[in-house]
Amino acid sequence: MSGSTGISRFLPSGKTLVIAIPVIWLLVFFLIPFAVVFKLSLSEAAIARPPYLPIMEWDEEGILTFALNISNYFYLLEDDLYLSAYLQSMRIAFISTALCLLIAYPMSLAIARATPAKRNLLLMLVILPFWTSFLLRVYAWIGILKTNGLLNNSLMWLGLIDQPLAIMQTDIAVYIGVVYTYLPFMILPLYTSLVKQDGALLEAAADLGARPVAAFFSVTFPLSFPGMAAGCLLVFIPVVGEFVIPALLGGPDTLMIGKVLWSEFFSNRDWPVASAVATVMLVVLVVPIMLLRLAQQADEVQA
Amino acid sequence: MNKRLSFLTISAALGFLFLYVPIISLIVFSFNESKLVTVWSHFSTKWYGELLNDAQILNAAWMSFKIGAISATAALVLGTIAALVLQRFGRFKSKTLLTGMISAPLVMPEVITGLSLLLLFVAMEAAFGWPAGRGFTTIIIAHTTFCMAFVAVVVQARLADMDNDQEEAAMDLGATPVRVFWDITLPTIAPALVSGWLLAFTLSLDDLVIASFVSGPGATTLPMLIFSKVRLGVTPEINALASLMILVVTIGVMAAAWVAHRSSVKAKELS
Repeated sequence: MSGSTGISRFLPSGKTLVIAIPVIWLLVFFLIPFAVVFKLSLSEAAIARPPYLPIMEWDEEGILTFALNISNYFYLLEDDLYLSAYLQSMRIAFISTALCLLIAYPMSLAIARATPAKRNLLLMLVILPFWTSFLLRVYAWIGILKTNGLLNNSLMWLGLIDQPLAIMQTDIAVYIGVVYTYLPFMILPLYTSLVKQDGALLEAAADLGARPVAAFFSVTFPLSFPGMAAGCLLVFIPVVGEFVIPALLGGPDTLMIGKVLWSEFFSNRDWPVASAVATVMLVVLVVPIMLLRLAQQADEVQA
Repeated sequence: MNKRLSFLTISAALGFLFLYVPIISLIVFSFNESKLVTVWSHFSTKWYGELLNDAQILNAAWMSFKIGAISATAALVLGTIAALVLQRFGRFKSKTLLTGMISAPLVMPEVITGLSLLLLFVAMEAAFGWPAGRGFTTIIIAHTTFCMAFVAVVVQARLADMDNDQEEAAMDLGATPVRVFWDITLPTIAPALVSGWLLAFTLSLDDLVIASFVSGPGATTLPMLIFSKVRLGVTPEINALASLMILVVTIGVMAAAWVAHRSSVKAKELS
């Protein structure tokens, strides 16, 4: 009797302990840090180590004083740089997401409709670049796009152009780099939602007299919405904060918010402003992140 | 029908061309004798020789390798626990919280993750004196945190595919949950654990942004070194390094695919 209560008392607490391990780790190293960022965005920059003033302080009379200041946020509003960097990041993320979708859709459909043996090979070909260094794949584009790079040399050799095209250090180079690196993130969820579609639906549409194109738009395309939504958000959200691609391929005009945050932090050493930039970015991205959860849940329900 | 099929085939072929041209050009020009990376002079392996004599790159590579191995292992343990808890423990109080916290790092912009962790480490040092300074340890904690999310996704997918009849049967026969985990669950999800670890290792080895934020003097990882070199211009030595990394990864992925293929064949023979 006492033995069984001993065990039953032990079991739930053991379970709770196991649950507590990942929950506590992520609370401490993922969620709480955001609170620290928010707190720091309300303090004042100073030449000190670390370079900011504390929010709370005990003054000489032993009274706790708070020095909250929202001036960092006003600063973001006053200087055009930040607003245009946010807008440009959103625009670049939006256009590259659309381009990724345009390129990934026919590819995913072709993979989903290939024979099973071919399908695995093609999927591996999609995943393989994802496993090789992201930094080095972006670097490869410098060699291709620069003034005397592979692309310009080939086009001039073919006689298609006489002057090298100035692609490197422009927004076009950033678009190419972003679409290139994030394409697998679009293909994989799209492929997953396309491959599990019931082929009988298309046959039924054909039997009822729908042409392939009509059948595609009335059956295949609407059924792939959850996969499309998941893919678009998987590309859009990280691209908004992208740093490496605009830093390596973009020019001085390419203002992306990830690059602005980086230089606030590393060049200007203004930690409070960098924190305010990060807080605003997080607020902007909360809605897309929640939409992503919804899209993934819809996908699970459909499966 | 035929016309549409050829449209699909052509666009898929162009898509794959787009994915592979940069990688192939990296490899081809690593064997170029000329210092001008994109002008072909003649075949040479001299950049590989220079790479192997570059102590700075070798040190950074060794540092990245150690960080990758330790954080991938820690991420494997934490990510597997998280996947198991979410997939097998039914409903519990903090489930929604855990689901959110495990999926958000997958899309969180790296600049935000990097900055927030650095500020946490600074605040922790001020409050408890740990971690003292930043470098090796702080990079490992940061990498473990974002890699465990990827491990959890991979393991969760495997757990969802596997039916839990055997687990339940073992429980009915009186096996403890711990025993069931070691004897049944673990062997079944082993391929997912291997690919989860490899994915975590690759992500850690590749990370520039988060490591730059949470690193300190004396801890320069390979991506940090590559980034500083690449900013100064293209060098064939980096091409040689890239080719070696691509070679290792290709062998690794093919070996993992072969192991998965073998185990599925074995499973079919057994049943």
